[in-house]
Amino acid sequence: MGRKAEFSEKPKKGPGRKSRKQKPPTFPKKSFAPSNDMDDKKLSHRQRQRLVKRDQKKEIQKVKKQKLNKQQRKISEGADVIDEAELQNKYITDKPQVLAGIQQHFKFKKQKIVGFTDDNKDWLKPKQLKKLKKLQSSDDQDQEMYEAEKSEEDLLEGLTESEEEENGEDDTCKETLKMEKLDDISDYDDENANSDDDFELSGEEDTDSTNNKSKDDEVDDSLLPIERENKKLKKREAMEAEMATKEMQMSIDRQEVFKFPEEDEDTQKEITLQEIQQRIKDITLVLSDFKRYRQEDRSRQEYLDLLRHDLCIYYSYNDFLMGKLMDMFPLTELMEYLETSEVPRPLTIRTNSLKTRRRDLAAALINRGVNLDPLGKWTKVGLVVYNSQVPLGATPEYLAGHYMIQGASSMLPVMALAPQENERILDMCSAPGGKGSHIAAIMKNTGVLFANDANRERIKAVVANFHRLGVINAIVSCEDGCKFRNLISGFDRILLDAPCTGTGVVAKDPSVKSTKNEVDVQRCYNLQRKLLLTAIDCVDAKSKTGGYIVYSTCSVLPEENEWVIDYALRKRNVKLVPTGLDFGVEGFTKYRQYRFHPSLNLTRRYYPHIHNMDGFYVAKLKKFSNTIPMTKEQQEADEKVLDDAIANATTMVNDNSNSNEELEYKEKRPRKLLGKQAGKPNLSEVELDIKKKKMEQNRNKYIANVFEKPLKVNKNEKEVKPVNQTTIIKKQNNKNELHMVELNGSKSNGTQIEFEAKNIERNNINTKKQKRDLPSLLEGKPIKRQHKLKQKSKPIGLLKNYKSKTHKTKKN
Amino acid sequence: MKRLSDERAKILFEKLSKYIGTNVKQLIDRPDGTYCFREHRDRVYYVSERILKLSECFGPEKLVCVGTCFGKFSKTNKLKFHITALYYLAPYAQYKVWVKPSFEQQYLYGNHIPKSGLGRITENAGQYQGVVVYSMNDLPLGFGVLARSTTECKTADPMTTVCFHQSDIGEYIRSEDTLF
Repeated sequence: MGRKAEFSEKPKKGPGRKSRKQKPPTFPKKSFAPSNDMDDKKLSHRQRQRLVKRDQKKEIQKVKKQKLNKQQRKISEGADVIDEAELQNKYITDKPQVLAGIQQHFKFKKQKIVGFTDDNKDWLKPKQLKKLKKLQSSDDQDQEMYEAEKSEEDLLEGLTESEEEENGEDDTCKETLKMEKLDDISDYDDENANSDDDFELSGEEDTDSTNNKSKDDEVDDSLLPIERENKKLKKREAMEAEMATKEMQMSIDRQEVFKFPEEDEDTQKEITLQEIQQRIKDITLVLSDFKRYRQEDRSRQEYLDLLRHDLCIYYSYNDFLMGKLMDMFPLTELMEYLETSEVPRPLTIRTNSLKTRRRDLAAALINRGVNLDPLGKWTKVGLVVYNSQVPLGATPEYLAGHYMIQGASSMLPVMALAPQENERILDMCSAPGGKGSHIAAIMKNTGVLFANDANRERIKAVVANFHRLGVINAIVSCEDGCKFRNLISGFDRILLDAPCTGTGVVAKDPSVKSTKNEVDVQRCYNLQRKLLLTAIDCVDAKSKTGGYIVYSTCSVLPEENEWVIDYALRKRNVKLVPTGLDFGVEGFTKYRQYRFHPSLNLTRRYYPHIHNMDGFYVAKLKKFSNTIPMTKEQQEADEKVLDDAIANATTMVNDNSNSNEELEYKEKRPRKLLGKQAGKPNLSEVELDIKKKKMEQNRNKYIANVFEKPLKVNKNEKEVKPVNQTTIIKKQNNKNELHMVELNGSKSNGTQIEFEAKNIERNNINTKKQKRDLPSLLEGKPIKRQHKLKQKSKPIGLLKNYKSKTHKTKKN
Repeated sequence: MKRLSDERAKILFEKLSKYIGTNVKQLIDRPDGTYCFREHRDRVYYVSERILKLSECFGPEKLVCVGTCFGKFSKTNKLKFHITALYYLAPYAQYKVWVKPSFEQQYLYGNHIPKSGLGRITENAGQYQGVVVYSMNDLPLGFGVLARSTTECKTADPMTTVCFHQSDIGEYIRSEDTLF
């Protein structure tokens, strides 16, 4: 009998002990979510105005309060006397408003009160008499009424005093305060009173003023000598305190003013890191209010140089990179950036949505003793890991491909790319495959993913990661990215995570800080430009779902980001579109002397000190036409410029010492050995012919629907030849110039940038010229009619130029 | 990318049927387009024909990998499955072995499974049967060959090897260089 014992194992309740772990620490300051407090700080114009008004009001009230307090002090000393006076004052001032009826009412009241308080009268008498005496001198109003009032007030006061003596002085103060207020108001009203009863009013004012005077006298008189002394003492003390604070401020100011070190001292004496840190702080202070703290004989540049030098030592950057960073950020932000760049970013992982869900993965990892949290609202696959008891790169979940260790910033370009299912997508520089596998996961293994990387060693990681993560729609290749144009094109989307100097991931790889120099940056951006142009060429603008290129780098330098995009905008039929990422700093539209395309504010920058991820840049381009707005020759010329720049950069590295001689020698040497065929597959002559024909056809095809501006055509076919010749000569000249420019640029790197910009302009001009010199392409149409059409559409200025040119050629 | 020779195709399918039996058919006849096996530098790849066509634009030197790699033919014409084949073996596997959580890590370091590490096993699997190894929460960890049949397993000593290790997902880290 009895209950049966249940010996079978009970089913587990709840998720278990381990999953109910201590909550991950919260980091309030740097979250991944876009910070809104930036917006909160900004006040609208009206809000600011209101704020100012409010402040003013407060100040006025403060002053009033102080006055009141003073008076209160006085009052508390000679309390009853003043009270009396004020009360009287009040009643008098009230008078103009309160007309005869009220007076009568008072009289009535008086009678009433007198009758009521008869037994108190003898107790109150002496005071009454005193006041009477004083008031008699000043007041010539009907005595009766005053007496009545006084008696009434005295009575009241007597009552209140007797009551409130226990309560303390505060209440009396309050009372007086209240009264004073009333008084003020009534005074004010008096002054503004309407002139209904002028006569009465004037009389009243007289009495009012006299009354006030008497009151002041009373106050002074009522003070005891010791009190007066006390007052003086207090005043003196206040004065002294004020002086002291002033002096303090002065001394602080003098202390904080930074003394510029002498050059000899600086070199001789060794300084510690703490001293440098202090000096950095000092200089930033000086620079924050330069007029005030500067030394007269030192310029701002000197301070900046010293600051850069100190920062270079303290954070172990090289001079070049620090200079770049100082150009980019304001000083306070720079310090923040440098500080946060020293600390590694939190470890983040991306859930592989092909194999698991984020919640399941989180539960599995928590069971293994990993402390993690979802990463921001902007991603559904990211997790941030605070700490873990197991190596995250070797858990069975990792090996089974449930997640990928990936920086938070690496998810952004893929989100910007927004791949669709059944698309053809290219990841141009894919190693180690994090972004590529993310793309495949979003595509759900449909369509085709091309993953390319030029480095054969690193491509192994791509293959391994793709297999581990279960990506089956990928083609992994090891090609030079710049040659993709000739291999395959017609992609719906391309992700170009370009090779860069890595200035944004200093926390990961500190060697960047000291090793990268001007030449590296130059080489990088030339390569990036080339890759980006290739990527644009490979995208199919007519794609139904796509036609997008996403360009991203892990660098913060504008040379590798905005400048490259700006270059592509000029060279190809692309436009910038919003990235679809709802946070991030807008890209630069102007940086130092450079002015970029205004739409570059659609690109996004990410900084460690603002977003707590690696420094990153994302731009999304949309290709709107498959045509290239320039001829093949120019394209090749451009390419050659870029190639040469890259080559020059490498040679510069190889032999910096005897570069001058080398370069001069190069200048003399005939340039074109490989020529147009540089970097292209070797073709036989027959193939070349076929290719040429194809190009011709293409050109014809393009002209029909491409150029917005119609072509210029000469009237007579005969004139065509001389024009062409001249242009060819010009072209050659141009090329020589270009070459010169290049060499000059590589000699003095600072000027390279400007020269480059000029080159671009020149090339643009070239294209215009060439457009004019393409009459033979417009076959089968009556030339005359065309000419008329052109005249309509061309701006007049250009036409004139053109005419003058043709005249010249005629002369020739 | 080239077609497998008949001999090699035969070897491949024999090997595949060791693990997934008659399910090999499902690898060939798929509702979502035609898939095929191709050979590239002695490695066998399994890929959709649509993707295969697109991969033809790359030269054989430049092409690294297309689709999923199943394994590699040795010089003596023997096929060795890589761990990457697990993606297709695991869902079609007929005979399975589950290892205990305590032995999970050891298995991932390349050890054979002893009786003590065995959590579960499919009924009536014969000796030398190809099996896919799972963790207790159904995570495919690799594949191997049974050293004992299921019935023998029940009577075996705790330390006797039940399943020979062939490949495990730890190889993604251990032998990244040699796999691809």
